[in-house]
Amino acid sequence: MPYDYQPFPYTTPPGLTSPEPRHKAVIAGAGPIGLAMALELANYGVPSVVLDDNNVVSVGSRAICWSKRSLEILDRLGVGEKSVAKGVTWKVGRTYHRDAEVFNFDLQPEEGHKMPAFVNLQQYYVEEYLVEAAQANGLIDLRFKNKVTNIRQNEDCATIEIETPDGTYHLEADYLIACDGAKSPIREMIGLDFKGELFEERFLIADIEMQAEFPSERRFWFEPVFHPGQSALLHKQPDNIYRIDLQLGWDANPEEEKKPENVIPRIEKVVGHSKFKLDWVSVYTFQCRRLDSFVQGRVIFAGDSAHIVSPFGARGGNGGLQDVDALGWRLAAVLDGRSPPAILGDYDSERGHGADENILNSARATKFMTPADGIERLFRDQVLALAAKAPFARAWVNSGRLSVPCVYPGAGPDDPALPKVSRPGSVAPDAPLGNGWLIDRLGGEVMVLAFGCGVSDIGGATVIKPELTDLIRDRYLGDATAAVYLIRPDQVVAARWPYVDPAAITKAIARLWRQ
Amino acid sequence: MALIDTTNLADHDGFYAELLATHQGLSEMQSQALNAQLILILANHIGNRQVLSEALKLARQNIG
Repeated sequence: MPYDYQPFPYTTPPGLTSPEPRHKAVIAGAGPIGLAMALELANYGVPSVVLDDNNVVSVGSRAICWSKRSLEILDRLGVGEKSVAKGVTWKVGRTYHRDAEVFNFDLQPEEGHKMPAFVNLQQYYVEEYLVEAAQANGLIDLRFKNKVTNIRQNEDCATIEIETPDGTYHLEADYLIACDGAKSPIREMIGLDFKGELFEERFLIADIEMQAEFPSERRFWFEPVFHPGQSALLHKQPDNIYRIDLQLGWDANPEEEKKPENVIPRIEKVVGHSKFKLDWVSVYTFQCRRLDSFVQGRVIFAGDSAHIVSPFGARGGNGGLQDVDALGWRLAAVLDGRSPPAILGDYDSERGHGADENILNSARATKFMTPADGIERLFRDQVLALAAKAPFARAWVNSGRLSVPCVYPGAGPDDPALPKVSRPGSVAPDAPLGNGWLIDRLGGEVMVLAFGCGVSDIGGATVIKPELTDLIRDRYLGDATAAVYLIRPDQVVAARWPYVDPAAITKAIARLWRQ
Repeated sequence: MALIDTTNLADHDGFYAELLATHQGLSEMQSQALNAQLILILANHIGNRQVLSEALKLARQNIG
């Protein structure tokens, strides 16, 4: 069944009749990033107003691949298990050249994680679940059909002009978080440069509904027989919906290509029959761009408004959720007076690093998928030719390097005797713990994990002493007999020591909050 | 410098002849394809990023 788009209710905002008191946080955009931001802030007790110019969820599947890290974040916001239950879980990707498989990968070869490597779920479902959670949360004031038309800011606050079906009003906010997407009107209103690269290539993207027994795997073709000389992707989604991406070339006319009479014959060649229904079609180009700084005074950018990448790495939606992860606890600390605004600079540098890594990876994949004529195409074609006869060349076959969270630089202290997988700056690796999962015990506050040793009370942190299972030893101790880990509210490892040093822990906690 | 820039190949004249012989009978396009594969094969075999970077720099010197 195709998705049933239900409009969300519009209610007349109070600001239309009398001025509203200043809000702590106003979020522009009720997409997955804006909604996640509101729920994350609510987890820290911070109320927010969410404004959206529209009143329905995203049209078309758009972001479909949610990574393990995103699922862990969504889980903290109360919609992770629901997303996994509805979504199509997959971890194997297969890459073909013409009609032969040249390469496959398994994204989660090891056991012992609550969340799978990837779940495919249409963006409209993720938004629906997040809207439900936000509507049920007393700290979140969701306002549909409230369009931001102008903003001003001074040292003290941001002032937001808003248009509604009943007229215009304005709000004041300590901070405005712009989660208003790739074409971010707020970015335009401030006049910020969105620097980067446009790739001269067009892709057709389509959701089709069909009964088929394709396995839950990602399939990518270079120069398939059914679409000669170009690239193609097939991905399974819930409700018997399949996502198909087809490379068209730069000369393709987007308006012509979107017409069903042109799309349907192309898809018939991919699936080999005509027993499907076209659900949604779009044509897009690849771009990689970012803002120089994601923090602009009282306006903070998160998600596509701050950075965009070309697809095939699942780095757009997933990258945006990681922004929410890195921003929420810090913004809450500034609003509570616990930390100085300088802590927002840590958000900017960490997520700037993440954006650069995502842009680097997706730009490389784009170059491999859509090589320029001449030497780029020569090497690309010869990698594919070599991959058929020599195993080492398969690693060069690049149909997108899928999103994994970056390791934040500048964390620490560290000790090289401890396992690499849990080094400072990484998300604390999950493992089974008791009847549940370690990841469920972490986050929301600063924590100290004491493995194989005792730590007495530390000011400003909750101490937990997990049981030493084999997987926990592998992921946190290695050959060491004891270790102390400091975990941030976003479940990222802040520092670690192979011994107990309360003074060092206290110092690292103060550094985390920029105190 | 990690890249060996002095003679390091026994029977280097023999290798040169074999390299040319391998290309024999190929069109210019086919020769380019063979060279590209050869670079990839040797790069993987060398397996040392620094050596490869130095080799790329040396090859690029005084060209274009």
